[in-house]
Amino acid sequence: MARRGPVVLRAVVIAYLVLLVAWPVSLVFTGAFANGLAPVLDTFRDPLVLNALRLTAIAAGWAVVLNTVFGVGVALLLVRRTFPGRRLLAALVDLPLAVSPVVVGLAIALVYGARSGWLGVPLANVGLDIIYSTPGIVLATTFIALPLVIREIIPVLEEVGTEQEQAARSLGAGPWTTFRRITLPAIRWGLVYGVVLCLARAVGEFGAVKVVSGNLIGRTQTATLTVEELYMNFDREGAFAVAATLASVSIIAIAIVGLLRARTERRTS
Amino acid sequence: MTTPVRDDAAVASSSRPGVAGGDGVGRPVTSRRRRGGGARGSHASSSRGVAPAAPPLSLGAGLGLGLAVLWLSLLVLLPLAAVIATAAAGGWDGVVRVLTQPQTAAAIRLTLEQAALVTVINAVMGTAIAWVLVRDRFPGRRVLDVVIDVPFALPTVVAGLVLLALYGPQSPLGVDIANTKVAVTFALAFVTLPFVVRTVQPVLETLDRSAEDAARSLGASGWTVFRRIVLPALAPAIAAGAALSFARGVAEYGSLVLISGNLAMRTEVASVRMLGYIEGGDMAAAAVVATFLLAISLAVTLALGLFNRVGGRRG
Repeated sequence: MARRGPVVLRAVVIAYLVLLVAWPVSLVFTGAFANGLAPVLDTFRDPLVLNALRLTAIAAGWAVVLNTVFGVGVALLLVRRTFPGRRLLAALVDLPLAVSPVVVGLAIALVYGARSGWLGVPLANVGLDIIYSTPGIVLATTFIALPLVIREIIPVLEEVGTEQEQAARSLGAGPWTTFRRITLPAIRWGLVYGVVLCLARAVGEFGAVKVVSGNLIGRTQTATLTVEELYMNFDREGAFAVAATLASVSIIAIAIVGLLRARTERRTS
Repeated sequence: MTTPVRDDAAVASSSRPGVAGGDGVGRPVTSRRRRGGGARGSHASSSRGVAPAAPPLSLGAGLGLGLAVLWLSLLVLLPLAAVIATAAAGGWDGVVRVLTQPQTAAAIRLTLEQAALVTVINAVMGTAIAWVLVRDRFPGRRVLDVVIDVPFALPTVVAGLVLLALYGPQSPLGVDIANTKVAVTFALAFVTLPFVVRTVQPVLETLDRSAEDAARSLGASGWTVFRRIVLPALAPAIAAGAALSFARGVAEYGSLVLISGNLAMRTEVASVRMLGYIEGGDMAAAAVVATFLLAISLAVTLALGLFNRVGGRRG
């Protein structure tokens, strides 16, 4: 059925993708090991790098948990309920995707800044610092990854319909039991897919975190900020080693998503 | 495909701007699903067509909605409102003063110019890539499909670093584009690569081939068939992907930091300029540039919605 496309077009496309993506990305791994294994091991023994990786893990973990709870709840409300302002809510939930990371950072700093923020001043008065501290990083990371879980679950919820849920309810199951036994198993792959995307996005966030963290080395520096710092300080292997770690996370995420997609496609066809 | 039956339950999702295309991160999630969608259409219509309208809120759901809206307000709406309020506090004169300041104006001009250039590149190359992925058959095609996803998942600062590895001072190719405008183009092309591909690909997959076969049997050449039959059908998807890619290009920051050198008046983009204002403590000026970027994002989102509606009629 498929007609053979012009060979020239194929060659141009392959060349473009190799030169723009495949080759550069492969260099991050070879670059990390350019001078052997020792400098890489040194990088990962550096307490500052370890701190940064830990902070990234904490921020990404919170972002995933918050966005999953919010995402499942809002997706259920949007698909299964009618209420005034539903379309508005659906549009607002997508908003974070259209905002530049630096604007996200600025926005959060303006509201939660300890000196003049609308909410930052009262929070600082009760001893809670948001900006230049872990909560600010968590907020920024959560903001930029907000819609990812919702967007994955909504189509699945629409797809499965409400028949089984209604059957469970008519047999006397409460809302929580229905959710746990019927809805959750039905949306689980969409949920995993959304969580993986959310995690990859959260681990990689840079601009928003840079604004709200203050980039205090060893305290509020995340892994992506460390990559920049190491490179600027001419520690090329170190920058590449941390970058390769982050790139591995994203490539594993792509692999998981790819496997899940193949699985759902096999099932539906 | 399933449009006629997706009445009530689908309202929420079909009203969302990015749904038929991609998203800002932006993985065109729903469009991917469309690939398998053809097979599902009949099943969906039988189950969904008879589904009763969604019930109104119960007490518990109402409480949940309240919490969700509160969280959304604290996290997203209030901060974005603060940006606009801070920008507006300086008055119209303040806005004009910031936007006409030579270094800022140069940064904005460079951003719009480069985002537009990359959008054109993506419209052409993205369509070509989608075409090769859908219509061409050769070993390793699946690998290309995976490569398209890499820019979405890779942290932006890592994207800048990897481009620097191949096209920077220690390039194995012997080209050094670091700290030039070309570097900005490369970085933006990298991070926006998937948008057009992922919006065009599902449309191309579900495209009815009979019109093409008819044209070809009437003696039309391959190029004529593409230009007269395929391209018009793909146009809304290309436009949607191009709009997303433009919005992302305007907003980009992370991938540019290392490779563009951030030279004032030459390679400094709007996001970098904004960060310069923030680090200098001038939040008001940063907010003005931020509001300007927000306005562009909003305009593009609206335009995208418009294209989607046109696309829906066509599809």
